[in-house]
Amino acid sequence: MSIDDLYRDVIMDHYKRPRRKGELANANVVIEGFNPLCGDEVKLWLRIDDQGVVQDAAFTGHGCSISQASTSIMTAAAVGASVDDLRGVIDGFRAMMLQGAEPDETLLGDGVALEGVRKFPVRIKCAVLSWNTLQLGLDEHTARGGQVELRHSED
Amino acid sequence: MSAPPPALDLTAIRADFPVLCQRVHDRPLVYLDNAATSQTPSAVIDTLRTYYETYNANIHRGLHVLSERATAEYEAARRRVAGFVNAAHAHEVIFTRGTTEAVNLVARSWGDAHVNAGDDILLTELEHHSNLVPWQMLAKRRGATLRYVPISPEGRIDLEAYARMFGPRTRLVAVTHMSNVLGVITPAARIVQIARANGVPVLLDAAQSVPHLAVDVQALDADFVAFSGHKVLGPTGIGALYAKEAWLEAMDPLFGGGSMIRTVELHESSWAGLPEKFEGGTPNIAGAIGLGAAVDYVQNVGIDAVTAHEDALTERALAMLSDLDGVRVLGPQDTTDRGGVISFTVDGVHPHDVGTLLDADGIAVRAGHHCAQPLMRKLGVAATVRASLYLYNSPHEVDALAEGVARAKAFFDEH
Repeated sequence: MSIDDLYRDVIMDHYKRPRRKGELANANVVIEGFNPLCGDEVKLWLRIDDQGVVQDAAFTGHGCSISQASTSIMTAAAVGASVDDLRGVIDGFRAMMLQGAEPDETLLGDGVALEGVRKFPVRIKCAVLSWNTLQLGLDEHTARGGQVELRHSED
Repeated sequence: MSAPPPALDLTAIRADFPVLCQRVHDRPLVYLDNAATSQTPSAVIDTLRTYYETYNANIHRGLHVLSERATAEYEAARRRVAGFVNAAHAHEVIFTRGTTEAVNLVARSWGDAHVNAGDDILLTELEHHSNLVPWQMLAKRRGATLRYVPISPEGRIDLEAYARMFGPRTRLVAVTHMSNVLGVITPAARIVQIARANGVPVLLDAAQSVPHLAVDVQALDADFVAFSGHKVLGPTGIGALYAKEAWLEAMDPLFGGGSMIRTVELHESSWAGLPEKFEGGTPNIAGAIGLGAAVDYVQNVGIDAVTAHEDALTERALAMLSDLDGVRVLGPQDTTDRGGVISFTVDGVHPHDVGTLLDADGIAVRAGHHCAQPLMRKLGVAATVRASLYLYNSPHEVDALAEGVARAKAFFDEH
């Protein structure tokens, strides 16, 4: 186990220069995720058009480098993707983090950099919090449509 | 205290703790998470082994040799623990699973009988969840109100504000003796005195104080004192509630079951005397005996020597950490009224990242909200890194901590 497996350059880059950090004025999906174990909080803002394509995405909140970098990578990947494609990315990311699936760079892009977090079991939750939160937001959007606002807490 | 206590023999003490002699990530283990749990000396491990290998038996009823010995050792452990906190009577010490159960016992057995709709309970903004949630539950059950004594930015209780908070409906003060986040030691004797003048009893959460400083329940005059065994070199799953005899006599038991009754009829029962009334069911016999051995160990070293040793290490840690650029130590900045629980933040590095980087150096600390979310909100931080000391820690380990924090900061600055 090496500390460099965890803090890869891509992760440190996203942590220090987060993409898409901030609020989104005209979001139609706003969902908060909370990890009561460590106090990490993330708020995702998405604008999904009538065709089911994510036109814009942003995030606010606070947490460790892993949770912040993971959220930055995820929101960057979300922009321009259809909701269906995004579900595939979420599934692929969760399979890599939680079931030990091989990292798929074509599917996950910068997300594969988080593979090393698997060697640090207590930090896995930091990496998946925002992805779980996004999934719930998409589910709610698909089920109800319109304006979605939710708060989700990991157990 | 007139003469300073003799310095403790660190080499001998460290040799008593097998767990300390190991490498973690190929570095010598530096264990600085003592506020979460302390390590176990061979004397305690041997006591547990002897119990299970030679006289494991249920207590208080067997007519055989093993049971008699187990009963004798269990009650001897109670006397040791009572002596450690200077209780007037051994039966004022009730064995519990730990601090949490002790506080809940008081909230249920005492609280349900004495707290009514419209009453007040005074807490402080320093409290650990275990001295907070049981009172929220009681307040909800009984329609009472919790009121919080304010603290200064360093975590010191505002005694003047406290004294003004008493009213005709104030029923209890529940306060920590030492903060598990800031290390600040509260003026417990003064707190009790002010409560006493208002005719209000006091519960002290002594989970962090009993292991590290002399706690004399009679001198403090506290009504209830709760603490855990595993923070004072004992096993997990054992702790104690000290309560004044008169309260225990008047209180109903929390757990009904075996051992806590005098007679049982089909529709009602009468309770056993103290302390059995509060120890229904087979207790943690081995744990209690192990706790007895643990407090013996601390007493042999000398609690004042432990305090002095930790004060010196704390001063060193405060100075070294404060010297680092971008490191902010919370709580009082000297050891006049603080123990060896040191919370800090590092600019640009989240506490969890500091924790992971220190772990890679073999240094065990805690990072997070430390089960004190209201306090963290008051301090305006989501999380802190917490290093906490005990008698077996060395100046060299404090240096390793400071060097590790500096390396963590440099690692994040470089990227």
